[in-house]
Amino acid sequence: MKNKYDVLVIGGGPAGALAGKTAAEKGLSALIVEKRPAIGAPVRCAEGIGQEALLEFIEPDPRWISAEMHGAGIVAPDGFFMKLESEMAGSKVGYVLDRKFFDRELVWKAAEAGADIAVKSRAAAPIWENGVLKGAKIDFCGKVTDVKADVVIAADGVESKFSKWCGIDTTVPVREIMSSVQYVMADIDIDEHATIFYLGNDVAPEGYLWIFPKGHRTANVGIGISGKKSGEGHRAKDYLDKFVKKTFPNGKTIEYIPGGVSVCRPLACTVADNLLIAGDAARVVDPLTGGGIYNAMYTGKLAAEVAADCIKKGDTSKSALMVYDKTWRASKMGKAIERNYHIKEYLIKQPDAKLNEIIHSVSKMNLKEFSTISLIKEIIRVNPKLVLELGALAASLR
Amino acid sequence: MLKVHRDICGYCGCCVSVCPEGALELIDAYLSVESNCTSCGICAKVCPLGALEVINEK
Repeated sequence: MKNKYDVLVIGGGPAGALAGKTAAEKGLSALIVEKRPAIGAPVRCAEGIGQEALLEFIEPDPRWISAEMHGAGIVAPDGFFMKLESEMAGSKVGYVLDRKFFDRELVWKAAEAGADIAVKSRAAAPIWENGVLKGAKIDFCGKVTDVKADVVIAADGVESKFSKWCGIDTTVPVREIMSSVQYVMADIDIDEHATIFYLGNDVAPEGYLWIFPKGHRTANVGIGISGKKSGEGHRAKDYLDKFVKKTFPNGKTIEYIPGGVSVCRPLACTVADNLLIAGDAARVVDPLTGGGIYNAMYTGKLAAEVAADCIKKGDTSKSALMVYDKTWRASKMGKAIERNYHIKEYLIKQPDAKLNEIIHSVSKMNLKEFSTISLIKEIIRVNPKLVLELGALAASLR
Repeated sequence: MLKVHRDICGYCGCCVSVCPEGALELIDAYLSVESNCTSCGICAKVCPLGALEVINEK
């Protein structure tokens, strides 16, 4: 670890790894600091990602693919099962990853590209010079070192602190944090190639419960509920335990994973002078699905690309870095977040009876393109009444 | 004051994201509570495990 880099990346998850890798590939000196002693652990993720989304960044490798998905299912509050398949029956639509090895692979690629990596190294405070951000104080086992950088990329996850220290409000509204728990379960009867989503106010209020297969008779069984609905005696863990007791009474839990997932709108602005914010720290998780791996990799890479351009031009002010903010908002990802935010806001207000009605409209769907948006479009097609209820939102989906 | 039940805490950082004061920080496997905590209880409400508790001081 040196005392000065072109780019300092805080956080060694998918956003930070892509930021570090991209910066190094652009010929910049880059350091990724990860506060945990190990890259990839502990996992805070259901580990699902779409086929195309993954391929945009990396070729699938059996070392970090836990299972291939061929379809999905949605279970209505009354137990009715809607099956979702690709138009091409049996084709791969997505993966459940092994994040411990996936994250390690991404960081290894950053290292290979030339980035420095420091683990058990926490950004403890920003370094200010004449009121301008100039790097961060890095705490490694109590030894604090000043690491200066032209640009800092904050990719410090849901529990992000760095942007807050830089004066940016990153607080997630209570109703928009998904209070979550997941068990990795073994020895359970599951469809090993389909992700299953359970909806309903008794199952997962304003959220959903998931079964994401991890291989033979094993899966991530987890839940996210709105922070607003959480409280003593009715927390995420209480709901999950109730489900597991009923559904997998003989299953064994081999990993116990709590977590928080933001489903709010992204930060109002994801840049400041010499600072870019990426991934969960920027609150760019998909508000409908809670998925964040692709969005993290996309924003991490873009942040480093913009940083490289601005460093070369000698201007890393907020106005110069704004290209990053504008680009991701106008991207397919940015538009999907905005659209899915509205869909989420509509869905969480629906009573169970309405969710039943919507899901009952079809027992099996063959989707041309296996994505949330084609699912929503198909649901609207078979529920023409929804067009009126959704108003302008429905029009934007056509 | 805010009490962290460290035997229950899974150090996930869910609480950190909702703290309006920025009084919480997850330092690896240790949740730190700063003196600017106002005991508002938002973190205790959202904790997925129930590891946080606001205790009224007499």
